[in-house]
Amino acid sequence: MAMPVTHYLRTSKMPHIWCAGCGHGIVLGAVLRAIDSLGLDKDQVCVVSGIGCASRAPGYLDFNTLHTTHGRAIAFATGIKMAKPELKVIVLTGDGDAAAIGGNHLIHAARRNIGITTVCFNNSIYGMTSGQYSPMTPTGSLASTAPYGNIEEPFDLCDLVYAAGASYVARGTAYHALLLSKLIAKAIATEGFSFVEAITQCPTYYGRRNNMRSAVDMLKWQKEHAVPVAAAAKMSAEELVGKFRIGELGTRTRPEYTGRYAAVIEAAQKEEAEEDA
Amino acid sequence: MRKEVRLSGSGGQGLILAGIILAEAAIHDGHEVVQTQSYGPEARGGASRAEVIIADEAIDYPKVGTPDVVLVMSQEACNKYARRVKRGGVVVVDETNVKTVPDVEGARVVRLPITDIARHEAGRQVTANMVALGALVGITGLATPEAAERAVRERVPKGTEDLNLKAFRLGMKRAREALGAT
Amino acid sequence: MLSKAGTRLMQGNEACAEGAIAAGLRFFAGYPITPSTEIAEELALLLPKVGGKFIQMEDEIASISAIIGASLAGAKSMTATSGPGFSLKQEGIGFASYTEVPCVIVNVQRVGPSTGVPTAPAQGDVMQARWGTHGDHPVIVLCPSSVAETFTLIIEAFNISERWRIPVIFLMDEVVAHMREKVVVPDVSRIRLAERPRPQVAPDQYLPYAAGEDLVPPMADFGSGYRYHVTGLTHDQTGFPTTKAPEVDALARRLDAKMKRAAPHVTFVDELLVDDAEVAVFAYGVTARAAAKAVRDARAQGLKAGLIKAKTLWPFPSEHVRRVAERARAIVVPEMNMGQLVLEVERASAGRANVVGLSRVDAEPITPDEILAKLREV
Repeated sequence: MAMPVTHYLRTSKMPHIWCAGCGHGIVLGAVLRAIDSLGLDKDQVCVVSGIGCASRAPGYLDFNTLHTTHGRAIAFATGIKMAKPELKVIVLTGDGDAAAIGGNHLIHAARRNIGITTVCFNNSIYGMTSGQYSPMTPTGSLASTAPYGNIEEPFDLCDLVYAAGASYVARGTAYHALLLSKLIAKAIATEGFSFVEAITQCPTYYGRRNNMRSAVDMLKWQKEHAVPVAAAAKMSAEELVGKFRIGELGTRTRPEYTGRYAAVIEAAQKEEAEEDA
Repeated sequence: MRKEVRLSGSGGQGLILAGIILAEAAIHDGHEVVQTQSYGPEARGGASRAEVIIADEAIDYPKVGTPDVVLVMSQEACNKYARRVKRGGVVVVDETNVKTVPDVEGARVVRLPITDIARHEAGRQVTANMVALGALVGITGLATPEAAERAVRERVPKGTEDLNLKAFRLGMKRAREALGAT
Repeated sequence: MLSKAGTRLMQGNEACAEGAIAAGLRFFAGYPITPSTEIAEELALLLPKVGGKFIQMEDEIASISAIIGASLAGAKSMTATSGPGFSLKQEGIGFASYTEVPCVIVNVQRVGPSTGVPTAPAQGDVMQARWGTHGDHPVIVLCPSSVAETFTLIIEAFNISERWRIPVIFLMDEVVAHMREKVVVPDVSRIRLAERPRPQVAPDQYLPYAAGEDLVPPMADFGSGYRYHVTGLTHDQTGFPTTKAPEVDALARRLDAKMKRAAPHVTFVDELLVDDAEVAVFAYGVTARAAAKAVRDARAQGLKAGLIKAKTLWPFPSEHVRRVAERARAIVVPEMNMGQLVLEVERASAGRANVVGLSRVDAEPITPDEILAKLREV
């Protein structure tokens, strides 16, 4: 039977730090419903984050929780997963944390295919430091450090992570919260490295500067610009300009890293036993 | 007792391995040892150097100053190191690779065709380091032959023990003959 | 081959790796860098044999991060690097210090700054080891001067780190790391190992940062049923962020007081002929070897010299220096840098003895003769 999300929250730590209208609560709710749908034991879940608005989430969660340094959550998580492969290790991160300062760790975790699930709360902006552009800020958008409009192109983070070798890659939005929850559940159930980009809104620092004054405006934008993968497959490149695909964007089966390392241990111990004999 | 040994030549001649084996032999003999070597990209192909200190007591300063025994396996190493030897010391020269030996005052110079012995008598040029090690043991008594042979056997790749021991013994024998002749 | 009791020729880096395993190391993350790389190579080979884990991370920052994660999950953890990588690890070291996660960070010092001379020795990172992170917190820094000492001291590093929940920096130099010496490997099963204090209360009673009388909070492993929060933000006894002045103050002061409590147990100094010394040397790392020879040579020449060899650099062994300074007219401090610990020796001797530095920064170790000449001069 499904538990209410409060079962997984440290309600005594509320109220949270997120602004009114912020989409992070919706994304976090999707994460918790996903965990609940899988029936995971709270003691066996470890949630790790870096620095930024999204990275404050673990403080509110009743699991083993670790709030680390900027960009390094996946590296910390790698150590945890290596030491205790039986734990479900979930990284909650933002677009600046994951794609800028932590980009190297993200692609290498995908390359190793280590059994960690990363959920990237992508709000296209550095919210914690009040609105600087990130590697996920759309070209032309305004930010406090792009007062004349952002001249950089954003990553397609899902394509990047899948190209790097992840087992599972998907994208959802705060607007499509139920879909998002299902995608996250499938990600957590994946043996290898899994990645879900959750597009979410920051009305305070992104929307206000970019003609979307309210959270509702931004959620509408998500609704209007998201194209389910099945539909996108039937659309031309021109039709897809300015849109983004949501749903499962890549799945593959590859050996998981800690499983491979278990085989290394077995081989090394066999060799040692033979040497002793 | 504190004896300092410098093994010098080119990268690929196996001098560092020879230094390690000499040090291990000295441990078997109950001595204290320190083995050091030159590091860096130049160690692969360019000049190469290994040093060993063998002593009865704990070794304070671990670096070789002016060595008691110098092995030179290349002309470059000979030019650089042959004269930097203690009075009363020994310079062992691989005359296969070294054509010109400078005047060395106050130390004995022993010339042996080390690489040729490895190539023609031991059967493999790569064993030149073991021929050299045998020569050093034969000339200087830095380690007992028993300890040195044990160290060779324990350190060389499995399956090459006999080849390396043969080279070591050839080096020791030829060195003693050379000593007898001088 | 795993460490078996007996006498062996061993390289310094090899002794570091094998000593660490003997100390209970079960997780290593690193990134190749001269002159520390042999530690990683050795552990890649040996750790899986004892069921431990090795990983080569994508950079130095990832390596320090991974070992902190693994330690939180209960594994004794270590990383190894050299100067440039040590600089990159500083933020992580600060995190481990503030969250009190046991781990060992090896820095094999080479000539710097920047890329410097990667294959040559220096002692330029002594102050970085102490003050490299931002913010203000105590650290423990150990420094071996021989291969045999590397083996025994790295075991102490782990014991201290676990017992006191504090990252320990193991500061080697290129000479000690790369030379080979005789090591008498003890029977590993008889080595005394310390473990981190574990909670003695039920999970719902657990306050992860509430310390008892020894000022060390008990530490639960992730996944052991104690669900708690760890953050690099300033935190209260519950482990959750706080900005309240008394709580911010309490954490900083407890960490400092814990270090002071630990100090007598973590300060290792060897003294040679100091009791009647008129002149003394304060030295560490490979330089202490040259100093020992210089002191013996001085004695042979009738000069009453002595040596303070520090194996713990931080907390600085002020008391040992002060005692020697009471009698000696001068203390010479040879260092392969432009003068770092000489400042601490000066502070500790507080005008009792004339403190004289001796710097060598040409990528070569200081020789006994240089120290002897200085001893005769002062």
